[in-house]
Amino acid sequence: MRPLFALLPAALLLLAACSSTPEDTLGSDEQAGGNVSAAGGAGGSPTELGDGSTTVIVEEDLFATGAPGSQQDFEINVGDRVFFGFDSTTLDDDARATLDRQASWLFQYPATSVTIEGHADERGTREYNLALGERRATAVKNYLVALGVTPDRLLTISYGEERPVDPGRDETAYAQNRRAVTVINLVN
Amino acid sequence: MLAGSTAGLGLLAMAGGAAAQVRLDITKGVVEPIPIAVSPFAGDDVGTRDIGRAVADVIVANLESSGLFRVIDRQAYIQDPESLRETPRFAEWRPINAQALVTGAVSRPAADRLVIEFRLWDVFSGSQLRGLRYELAADGWRRVAHQISDVTYERLTGESGYFDTRIIYVSESGPRTQRVKRLAVMDQDGHNHRFLTDGGQLVLTPQIAPDGRRVAYFVLRTPVPQIMMLDLVTGRSAPLGEFPGMSFTPRFAPDGSVLLLTVARDGNSDIFSFDTATRRTTQLTQSPAIDTSPSFSPRGDRIVFNSDRGGAPQLYTMNRDGSNVQRISFGSGRYGSPAWSPRGDLIAFTKIQGGFFHIGIMEPDGANERLLTRSFLDESPAWAPNGRIIVFTREDPQTDRSRLMTIDITGYNERELPTPLDASDPAWSGLIP
Repeated sequence: MRPLFALLPAALLLLAACSSTPEDTLGSDEQAGGNVSAAGGAGGSPTELGDGSTTVIVEEDLFATGAPGSQQDFEINVGDRVFFGFDSTTLDDDARATLDRQASWLFQYPATSVTIEGHADERGTREYNLALGERRATAVKNYLVALGVTPDRLLTISYGEERPVDPGRDETAYAQNRRAVTVINLVN
Repeated sequence: MLAGSTAGLGLLAMAGGAAAQVRLDITKGVVEPIPIAVSPFAGDDVGTRDIGRAVADVIVANLESSGLFRVIDRQAYIQDPESLRETPRFAEWRPINAQALVTGAVSRPAADRLVIEFRLWDVFSGSQLRGLRYELAADGWRRVAHQISDVTYERLTGESGYFDTRIIYVSESGPRTQRVKRLAVMDQDGHNHRFLTDGGQLVLTPQIAPDGRRVAYFVLRTPVPQIMMLDLVTGRSAPLGEFPGMSFTPRFAPDGSVLLLTVARDGNSDIFSFDTATRRTTQLTQSPAIDTSPSFSPRGDRIVFNSDRGGAPQLYTMNRDGSNVQRISFGSGRYGSPAWSPRGDLIAFTKIQGGFFHIGIMEPDGANERLLTRSFLDESPAWAPNGRIIVFTREDPQTDRSRLMTIDITGYNERELPTPLDASDPAWSGLIP
């Protein structure tokens, strides 16, 4: 699914970016905003737990066009995540291209702030992976800051190996799980 | 939450100086379990006889689970519990090869009170090794059965017991992408299980304080994941302290006054200590690498931890102030989650090598590394308080289950520790005060 991001025409990206009223849509877009990591990690919300339905919807809703400035817009037209090699925090060409688009999007919507969620696969110890996830989230933050995004718009959090997006037990799954996901912070 | 009813305890009699012939040599690599008979305890009526049988059942299960004893089947016993109120007829126990014999009696002096008497006999020398009398509340018999198990274990192995203890761990349920995790605590044999959190927050890596009253654990919550401290008596939970980033991997010092932890900030994880009395935080490592998973030596003077400062994650030790750092793991593979034995002589760890996870042990200077287990995913070793048994997490990719396992430091007697749901991140309490 992910490579499709790259195929989306630049025109669509532009179109979406030019639309108006980003702020109003944020509140009503809560379901789309509740991606895997956000739903799982928010805590203090017991009713969400054990219900995977929202996750699946977001993952498969690839061709919907999110309201400009929304999490959905961000996921579809920008790409909300980058991937890492085993025990690595290096940003490869694909990752940097995604983050370049994220930076542009953040310039486009200067009122938004985001949380960068760092994740690890399960092939390390649980505790080491918490540290590794933090390191990955920071690698993304530092890259965006280097592009000119102000640091106080960029929160980071590590989920370690606790929230895999692919429950598989093979390298294909692990490659999906070694990730940093940028999530738009909802405005209250 | 402590199982009420601590027992009044008095010595009945001691075998005066008679050197026991029945004693297990467990310094050898391979253990030959000692044959022992555990008679149901006698009782004055149906009720006390039922308790007497249940007490014996608990003792049997404990001794069997240690791997150091072979409990002879009750069907083979000739003498009945009532006649065992007197000195046993040893000639009737030698033919079934019982080297040691546990006997006892239960009486009920008041509706809500029990008296349990227990004796441990050396069958071949025909002498009493221990005799104890417990006075307890009527619901306290299970705990006394654990205490009797400890006395028996200690007398026959020469090592301290670990049966009157608890295990705190993380109970898991739900799909792996949205796992629900709850703190849970149970007796070391799985009884008296109860949940400590409701699953609304994702909790990890609980540790129980040496006093048995407090639990430090990690909560993965927004905006900053952090260590919480739960008071088991009041049931109240509060953040351990204020730290400059995500705080995780709590570990108590042997005296319980200080905790070690990791603080992650700006892509760098370092080890800190936190004094619960002064609330002072001290940074112990300064490297730009990942430094995490600290664990105190039982004397509290050294700390073992995990660091990738050398490229891949390896094990290091340092003084409690952060000085005198030494690398102790040199084998191929990746090391993590070290745990210093309460006996001080060994460090348990997770090792990842060739696509497998192992639980291993090495001496504190890194000598004599031995791998005890091998599976798709074994991790997070924790020690029984006598430094002889390790409990750890095992994930099975076929069943997709996560369970607690125990293994003896000899590498023998690997067994599952049953839990109601899936389980991970075990920690073993000390002997209950």
